[in-house]
Amino acid sequence: MKPPPFSYHRPESLPQTLDFLATLDDPKILAGGQSLMPMMNFRYVMPANIIDINRVAELSTVEETGGALRIGAMARQRDLELSDLVQRRCPLLHEALLNVGHVQTRNRGTIGGSLSHLDPAAEMPAVLHAHDATLHAASKRGTRDIAMADWSQGFMTPNLEPDEILTAITIPCWPEGHGYGFVEFARRHGDFAMAGAAVLLTLDAGGKIDRASVALTGVDNGPVRLPETEAALSGQTPSPDLFESAAAHASSVPGIEDVHATKEYRRKLAVVMTKRALGQALDRAQAGGA
Amino acid sequence: MSWIGSAVPRLEDATLLTGTGKFVDDIHLPNALQAAVVRSTFAHARITGIDAAAALAMPGVYAVFTHADLPEALKTAMPLLVPNPAIRYPVTQHVLASDAVHFVGEAVALVVADDRYIAEDAAELVFVDYEPLPAAGDFREALRPGAAVAHETREDNVAAEFTVGYGETKAAFAEAAHVFGETLFQHRGAGHAMECRTMLASYEAVTDTLTIWANTQSPHQLRDVYCRMTGQADNRVRVIAPDTGGGFGSKVQAYPEHLAIAAAAIALGRPVKYIEDRREHFTATHQERDQFYDVEIAVDGDGRIKAVRGSLIHDCGAHLAWGIITPFISATTLPGPYVVPAYQMKVTGVFTNKVATTPVRGAGRPQAVFAMERLLDRVARELSLDPAEVRRRNFVPADAMPYKVGLTFRDGSPVIYDSGDYPACQEKALTLAGYDAFKERQAAARTEGRHIGIGTASYVEGTGLGPFEGVSVQIMPAGNIIAQTGAAAQGQGHQTMFAQIIADRLGVAPDAVTVIGGETTGVAYGIGTFASRVTANAGPSAHLAAGNLRDKMIKIAAHLLEAAEDDLDLADGRVFVKGVPEMGKSFGEIAVFANGMPGFSMPDGITPGLDDTSYFTPERSTYANGAHVAEVEVDIETGRVSILRYVTAHDCGTIINPMMVEGQVAGGVVHGIGNALFEWMRYDEAAQPVTVNFGEYLLPLATETPAIEQTHMETPTPLNPLGVKGAGEGGTIPAAAAIVSAIENALTPLDVKIAQVPVTPEALLDLIADAEAAR
Amino acid sequence: MAERLEITLTVNGESVTREVPVRLTLADFLRHELELTGTHLGCEHGVCGACTILLDGKTARSCLLLAVQTDGMSVDTVEGMADNGALTPLQQAFIDNHGLQCGFCTPGMLATLTELLDTIPDPSEQEVREWLSGNICRCTGYQGIVDAALDAAKALRGESPAGA
Repeated sequence: MKPPPFSYHRPESLPQTLDFLATLDDPKILAGGQSLMPMMNFRYVMPANIIDINRVAELSTVEETGGALRIGAMARQRDLELSDLVQRRCPLLHEALLNVGHVQTRNRGTIGGSLSHLDPAAEMPAVLHAHDATLHAASKRGTRDIAMADWSQGFMTPNLEPDEILTAITIPCWPEGHGYGFVEFARRHGDFAMAGAAVLLTLDAGGKIDRASVALTGVDNGPVRLPETEAALSGQTPSPDLFESAAAHASSVPGIEDVHATKEYRRKLAVVMTKRALGQALDRAQAGGA
Repeated sequence: MSWIGSAVPRLEDATLLTGTGKFVDDIHLPNALQAAVVRSTFAHARITGIDAAAALAMPGVYAVFTHADLPEALKTAMPLLVPNPAIRYPVTQHVLASDAVHFVGEAVALVVADDRYIAEDAAELVFVDYEPLPAAGDFREALRPGAAVAHETREDNVAAEFTVGYGETKAAFAEAAHVFGETLFQHRGAGHAMECRTMLASYEAVTDTLTIWANTQSPHQLRDVYCRMTGQADNRVRVIAPDTGGGFGSKVQAYPEHLAIAAAAIALGRPVKYIEDRREHFTATHQERDQFYDVEIAVDGDGRIKAVRGSLIHDCGAHLAWGIITPFISATTLPGPYVVPAYQMKVTGVFTNKVATTPVRGAGRPQAVFAMERLLDRVARELSLDPAEVRRRNFVPADAMPYKVGLTFRDGSPVIYDSGDYPACQEKALTLAGYDAFKERQAAARTEGRHIGIGTASYVEGTGLGPFEGVSVQIMPAGNIIAQTGAAAQGQGHQTMFAQIIADRLGVAPDAVTVIGGETTGVAYGIGTFASRVTANAGPSAHLAAGNLRDKMIKIAAHLLEAAEDDLDLADGRVFVKGVPEMGKSFGEIAVFANGMPGFSMPDGITPGLDDTSYFTPERSTYANGAHVAEVEVDIETGRVSILRYVTAHDCGTIINPMMVEGQVAGGVVHGIGNALFEWMRYDEAAQPVTVNFGEYLLPLATETPAIEQTHMETPTPLNPLGVKGAGEGGTIPAAAAIVSAIENALTPLDVKIAQVPVTPEALLDLIADAEAAR
Repeated sequence: MAERLEITLTVNGESVTREVPVRLTLADFLRHELELTGTHLGCEHGVCGACTILLDGKTARSCLLLAVQTDGMSVDTVEGMADNGALTPLQQAFIDNHGLQCGFCTPGMLATLTELLDTIPDPSEQEVREWLSGNICRCTGYQGIVDAALDAAKALRGESPAGA
């Protein structure tokens, strides 16, 4: 299983990268390589040109600006997992990352790669969707901001033009002490989720749910928000019964049919994952986000 | 002190740990070329043309071989390796597909190039014209009249049919107090050793000698297949199995590719290497797949077995690459460690357009044990008896040994359980598992909303299959001790095991013994490493050969020292007079003498040389046994099964190296966990493989498997001088049965019956939902 | 389109310069260009972990890296672990705990456990198993490997003589 022939390019800067994207025939970005290389080894994809962006330093920064985290597309999943800043300001991302593949794949895999590859069962897109993140794309023609809600255009098709590359993600932070939960069902540790739920939650002074954000992975081409679940939770006193009925809306997701499971099963899982993630988020919100 | 029973650290380890092992692909021969295989993308099709012009035109490509390019001798189908009178159609594979292909992945052409990258590029440019034919996809559908035939030249898909049994089953069933029936559908998968199949052929014209390095489990058999087909003398063909990354059965058989690269190496006058990749492994390396059981058990009012009968349908795949051994083993294993007064099993082997099935760790026994244990769990449930108690009432008692089952085994010998204490073995497992106290723990868990369960399964395993596995031991003039055997190792620790046995006889430490395995030049004849047979066959051979050498050295030393044989002893590489250690000769000195010194006569009765070869031949197979207990937790909202504890009690007779036996059991159990919960090699109705990578076909990981808690019994067999039995497969054999038993127990009082393995979370959730609806 | 590039990288502490095809994987570079055959290929799609090496000190699948990507970086393989034949505490622990059978997955296991023990000096069994979930073994059932990891951790913490 050897990769097919291709021309190799290694830009040192973002402008150089954008130049390559604009001028090369049939180019493919090589970031972490954990998704692209297997596909090339299988010869499922045979790009004429590979643009290796692993030396483009300006795409790796992680910083907090104005109540949001700005994460460069080339930030390694493992570095984000170990980042103090991420753990404090976006703990849902940290939690989700523990489910992403294995340490060996997280050492190389990037958040931008995961977003651009857009596997239906990837964890990070759901986290970003729950956070109403903004994605930043660039091309020679200029820059563009895309709301996470508009990111998925179809099966493994992100909202990117052929000459565009994802450069960074802006994640609005939730208030200190917010509740968060990430629960997924995978056949084995590190496998893609058959269904996973990402939940953010805040409580008001009276202990009622002030705001809730619920996003699922593994149940459609892209991550799915559950507005009905969120509406059912808003302003309510949390309880197992509330979570049970709110989570029930998750059964309306399309579901995915593949060798591992049917759509029906995934829908059932979606409900259970949502319920459990809500429980996790509540525990944390009540503990002050500890 | 004896080395038998000692946890000697493995002699193999340091080399492997430092990355200095020599696996086939690590061998870099000068001038070697690399091959890629063009494989069929259809399950069943006629080949109407092959156009390799574009491939041949590519720089770095030396040849593209198809069936037409092979020497005449290699154009016939490969020999039938394990004949059996029950086989109706002895269909085997061609070295390269001739006029038709019969499974996705079948080798059609061999491309030879400077390196594998180029070979794969060129393989994409070999255009094969296929005329698709209807494919036999589902093995039960394939039995229906009018079903698509897997082979156009045959009338139907029945590869073999036979019935095994004894006693009066009809009467027993008619008179029984209770009769319970089950239909069971089991899927296994491939061995999936971490190293795929690998081979390197090199032909030296000057000596007309072909050398094949291959990670085969049977070097002699591969040599013999080549010689059988080509007429080449077997001393002109050398097969070497170097370090091998796992076998588990799928590397036993000679494969078409072995012969194809040999032909290529001869034709091109350069070594040719072929390294199978994992994608190919999924379609072209033999597997075990589906078996369907329709069985019933007759018992008396106390749950004692009166008879068992039924039918078994087995998916053979497209070719009988190893006869019909697997279902034969299944059918003769089913009675298990129990007294079954009457038994009958009708077996049908079915052709399908998928890669051949051949034994994989457990070799048909996991499925048979699953069937029998499900029947016994059914008896327990219906008669409100504890499952372990049902087994207790039916075990062959220890004082009934040797116990004649009434069946004939694959080697023609009667199935006789030579030794073992099955009730005591189950007791050991139950005690370690805390079985009796489990009900309380289960009740406590229920109050927390958790569903935990416990299950047990017992088995017997025929091991040490004959006819022989030879070992030669030689002492060199420098005193070094070299043992050779054709038995190849794939991680079992043969080097250490043989060294322990030989060291024990010769009074040295194991690291003084060099063991060379897996080469056809080491010993004239060999069978192979499979069926848990090497320790029980080659172990005694090593023991006998070393013993003969010991005797000979004592005789020669007595002559040289002018001492009485009874006054001599061996230690530290010397033979010396007891109590007078300075008065002795080193092994090397004795060897120099034995090899002949001009003018020095050999004493009466002493033949030249210090070497001995023994082909120990067992009278029949020896039966190992075991009992497992699994404790699981079921998440009833998702169907996920977690294994909380796994306990084994294992009896493989005399244990040579307890550390290595524990390793075999642990590895075997984890494979069994795969069979129970994860591994399912799937095809669609057109016989296209669907699970073709490690993301789709799930192997158990360290996170899904518990620590395996083990206890051991040693009931030495009387069938060989060491008392040893096989240990390689026992871990796998009852695992699915024990785990499924535990899952059902976890879900009581729901009446969930699991009749299919592997149990996926989705399937279990459906069963739970159905059971809840029925309540 | 047979493009080649010259690369210079450090392998097991020594500088290496070679001209290689751009599509040559790091695994094949190590195995066939440098004849460091200790790193093995089990699947070539990044799941089995047999090909795991340390790239700038962190584990990575060498079947999913192009050799040209490692220009200017450092690669550590199993061959570089022992010091002139003296086994590391981790390697010794594998011998003591029967952590290998066929040895094919072992170099990958060693790389993963090297990073684990560098990161978490006192791992729990669960942590060890989670770290090992990216390395498949078909022979051992993982038991011996987990025991070896915990044993080595003890030795490295100085709580037991190395390899005792």
